[in-house]
Amino acid sequence: MARRRDGGSGSAELLTGTGLTLWRGANCLFEQLSFSAAPGGALLIRGPNGSGKTTLLRVIAGLTRAEEGEVQWNGAAILGRDESGRHIMAYCGHATALKPDLTTAENLRFFARLSGYPTGRLTELLAATGLTACAGLPARVLSAGQKRRAALARVLMSGAPLWLLDEPQTNLDAAGREFLARMLQEHLAGSGTAVIVAHQSIDLGTAPVTVLQMGEAA
Amino acid sequence: MNLGLGQLFWVVLQRDLMVAMRRWSDICNPVVFFVLVVSLFPLALSPRAEFLRALAPGVLWIAALLAALLSLNQLFRADIEDGTMEQMLTLPYPLGLVILAKTLAHWLVTGLPVVAVAPMLAITYHLPADAIGVLLLSLLIGTPTLSLLGSIGAALTAGLRQSGVLLALMVGPLMLPVLMLGARATDIALGGDDPTGPLYLLGALLALALSLAPPAAAVAIRISAD
Repeated sequence: MARRRDGGSGSAELLTGTGLTLWRGANCLFEQLSFSAAPGGALLIRGPNGSGKTTLLRVIAGLTRAEEGEVQWNGAAILGRDESGRHIMAYCGHATALKPDLTTAENLRFFARLSGYPTGRLTELLAATGLTACAGLPARVLSAGQKRRAALARVLMSGAPLWLLDEPQTNLDAAGREFLARMLQEHLAGSGTAVIVAHQSIDLGTAPVTVLQMGEAA
Repeated sequence: MNLGLGQLFWVVLQRDLMVAMRRWSDICNPVVFFVLVVSLFPLALSPRAEFLRALAPGVLWIAALLAALLSLNQLFRADIEDGTMEQMLTLPYPLGLVILAKTLAHWLVTGLPVVAVAPMLAITYHLPADAIGVLLLSLLIGTPTLSLLGSIGAALTAGLRQSGVLLALMVGPLMLPVLMLGARATDIALGGDDPTGPLYLLGALLALALSLAPPAAAVAIRISAD
């Protein structure tokens, strides 16, 4: 339920989480967890496997409900997803949201239309993400790295100020990781916000990075 | 929101139809099942014309209901597994409308073919022309209702591994009024009476399902996707 803390305070930061608590069965994934990320800044979630990083990201995305606490965007609950706004967040989870029977271009065109990205610029985007060669291939035959690139292309199309990326480097080659770092730097330079679950380091340039370490208490 | 609600509906519908067209076998399953079940009765019981004619409304409607139940399992499953549903949930669009578009797409590829072959099967059951017309009309109003009711159950069970029987147990009872009214309308027409009453009631059920099922399924999807 939307439990509103004191409304005025902390509105300088765009994304805030306060007192988040979530139990899975007998395991406490996180308790009284708070964080904030300002525009132009990144929040890096780190921790060993099974420490609840993905779950926390899903809580921020509103996909999973925390038992206590609230995630706010500009001082309003992000959970409620009031329909006044534009596209607030781009979520990129482990699943790539590609339909195996549609081609890469068809898959991306669908999300382009949903997020208002001009479909005329898709060719450009495919070239930038290195997917031109497989644009006409069904997504089922793409390699894992190519699927990840397509998912990143979807994040780029969204135009959302908040990016939620769950281990975005997975399966990417060196060039792909470099592309990811560059797109993140550009996003942060344009006062975007990013929450990233990552094991390896990402070069985010000069952007302020807050590290959230998970699973210490255990 | 970057799209109007009508556009959103159309974009989702179009994509689901495109995905379905690439998977022909999935489309054929329910209609093949329907034809199979309906054609078994004369073989097992009796091929006498007057006997088959009396049997036709019930058999055709039961087979249509089973075909609908059989196909519902897949309504949201792929979307939950491949992450599309996560995207739908994080986009600022009303989920109920997305579900309505998906359900319509599902009915167009699984329900409509059943409705389309029903008259041919009805002829083999020696049904007179005016009763076939009523049968067709009742299926046309009734099968979308079945899909809508089923969307609630499909949304609730989409996260489970073995959901077929559970789904049937859950939505089966909800579907019974549609089955009874549909079969009854055809039966009344067969007896030479006016079937408008049950047809109106079928229409009322469709209106009810159209307005209530998508929001209910939207709540269920949020639970399943968690």
